[in-house]
Amino acid sequence: MAEPQAEFAIRVRDLVVGFGRQTVLDHLSLDVRRGEILGLVGASGGGKSVLMRTIIGLIPRRSGTIEVMGQSIGGMHDRSTASTWGILFQQGALFSSLTVRQNVQFPLRENLTLSQELMDEIAIAKLEMVGLRAEDADKYPSELSGGMTKRVALARALALDPPILFLDEPTSGLDPIAAGDFDALIRTLQKTLGLTVFMVTHDLASLTTVCDRVAALADGKIVAVGPIRELLKSEHPWVRAYFHGKRSQMLQTQMR
Amino acid sequence: MNSEPLLLATPSGDKLELRPEGPWIAANVATLEMLSRSVGVNVSQSTAVTLDMSGISALDTLGAWVLEKLSRQAASSGRPAVITGVAEHFSGLLEEVRQVNRHTPALTAAPNPVLLRLNDLGKATIGAREDVAIFLQMLGSLFMALIGVVRRPRSLRLTSLVYQLYRIGFQAIPIVALITFLIGAIIAQQGFFHFRRFGAESYTVDMVGILVLRELGVLIVAIMVAGRSGSAYTAELGSMKMREEIDALSTMGLGPVDVLILPRVAALVIALPILAFIGSIAALYGGGLVAQFYGDMGPAIYIARLHEAVSVTHFKVGILKAPFMALVIGIVACSEGLRVKGSAESLGRQTTTSVVKSIFLVIVLDGLFAIFFASIGM
Ligand SMILES: Nc1ncnc2c1ncn2[C@@H]1O[C@H](COP(=O)(O)OP(=O)(O)OP(=O)(O)O)[C@@H](O)[C@H]1O
Ligand SMILES: [Mg+2]
Repeated sequence: MAEPQAEFAIRVRDLVVGFGRQTVLDHLSLDVRRGEILGLVGASGGGKSVLMRTIIGLIPRRSGTIEVMGQSIGGMHDRSTASTWGILFQQGALFSSLTVRQNVQFPLRENLTLSQELMDEIAIAKLEMVGLRAEDADKYPSELSGGMTKRVALARALALDPPILFLDEPTSGLDPIAAGDFDALIRTLQKTLGLTVFMVTHDLASLTTVCDRVAALADGKIVAVGPIRELLKSEHPWVRAYFHGKRSQMLQTQMR
Repeated sequence: MNSEPLLLATPSGDKLELRPEGPWIAANVATLEMLSRSVGVNVSQSTAVTLDMSGISALDTLGAWVLEKLSRQAASSGRPAVITGVAEHFSGLLEEVRQVNRHTPALTAAPNPVLLRLNDLGKATIGAREDVAIFLQMLGSLFMALIGVVRRPRSLRLTSLVYQLYRIGFQAIPIVALITFLIGAIIAQQGFFHFRRFGAESYTVDMVGILVLRELGVLIVAIMVAGRSGSAYTAELGSMKMREEIDALSTMGLGPVDVLILPRVAALVIALPILAFIGSIAALYGGGLVAQFYGDMGPAIYIARLHEAVSVTHFKVGILKAPFMALVIGIVACSEGLRVKGSAESLGRQTTTSVVKSIFLVIVLDGLFAIFFASIGM
């Protein structure tokens, strides 16, 4: 929060990313405002994760510019930007040789100097906030269920209360109650800390309840972006199919 | 640009008013810890504590937790703290933090160090027995898989076998040839250097020939293969185990032994004798070069001496050992791979164990063979 108060937390301009002959993102532009929760939807395999990983600097881009908090992201991810964001990978990406507690403490230990006691308390606090019990803290990642892995990864992403949070399908694999708790937690944190959240999700409930704006990714471009109500009215064929398909009926009745 | 966090404590009689100010965020954690510790005594001694939150400019989970701890400390020593002046946008987080760390899981008692040692010793002893059992079990299942293949030759995974042969056999040829060549050359040089003193240079050829064909050729190659291919087997099977690929395979009705292990071990059993042969030839060639340039012994004489010194028996003794060594390396590598647990660390540990164990067993086996061949007079 020490940086100059730019209006946009993330600015992506004309981004092109591809692997070999396949072009995944094709001149994509997207702005994420400071302090908003942006939901990103798109077809499976459409490049959502690739977009997220490119913004973080894990995948090289062919052309285009990316700015995070006013600083342009180079090919290499340097440490100074690394502490401004917390990341939840789609597969969790927990450190397999550390316990759950150590996984959550890892960013704290690396970035802050604090007593072991406080570190333990913070780690447990984060775990309980994402809905795990203190008893689970000494398990190893291989001993967790799929949903628990997600939650630990989320607790690790939140460990430093970073100003920007990247979440790749945070609620997939959670039961609806846990997903609801998660939405509430994200809301609370966003309200208190003014977090900017970039969230890839297919969870229609999350999209309607927590996301300030929703961006739709199709054919390598952002084809629609705006509050969910506007997206529901969008004329783009893919967006129509996404929100007006059979599975979205429930959402439709809810919105009316 | 950010001001420091403060904690103003105003005692009035038995009462204490605490007024945190400034940014209570993770970046200032050292100050926060110091502040909260400094008022700790006052908090536990007062009968009524008021926390006035109106001065806080920024708050995150860590700051909220430090404040929550203060208020819990007050609650535990008598009257709960009265919290006032909470800004609207902080209340959610404070409420969230109030729920956490409410119960501590039962601590497991620290074990007695002596008992711990004894426990480790016991585990190691049982572990050694288990090792033997696992080895025999793997040998048995390989044998069963082999019988299955003999009964139905079409069930042999030919593609996989050929691919493994290419990887561990063909691709290993350059490095095996290079190293055995150098070893052959070094032995020959040492032989000439030391035998020259007794004028027994020509016996160098006997030494090189017998040593290389009987022992060194196959032993060096087996050790190299254990390091090169055994470790690869362990790492491959281990990471497949880690990502539940092996479980997926068994649920499809395919045993990992048939699909993964038999082709790998079979490839080793076929490739190692060939590599040992190539290695021995390279070593003899290295010896020959040294003989020419260091020992002043022309190729014709070298070959003639070699012809006299070694017989097919020596070659047989060496090459017969190769498939058995390959079997040991393959079984150890594959069973260690299957013992990998969920973590990256265990993958590393099992790979190390695999290489160390298979090299050890190869050398032990070589010793047993030496006794065996000596007693049958070969
Ligand atoms: N490292 C990589 N190398 C090659 N191709 C890749 C790589 N990562 C992703 N791709 C390709 O990029 C495309 C987009 O993948 P991406 O993971 O972004 O999909 P997604 O939108 O996140 O889908 P999902 O909703 O299923 O997670 C896919 O066609 C994928 O095969
Ligand atoms: Mg994805």
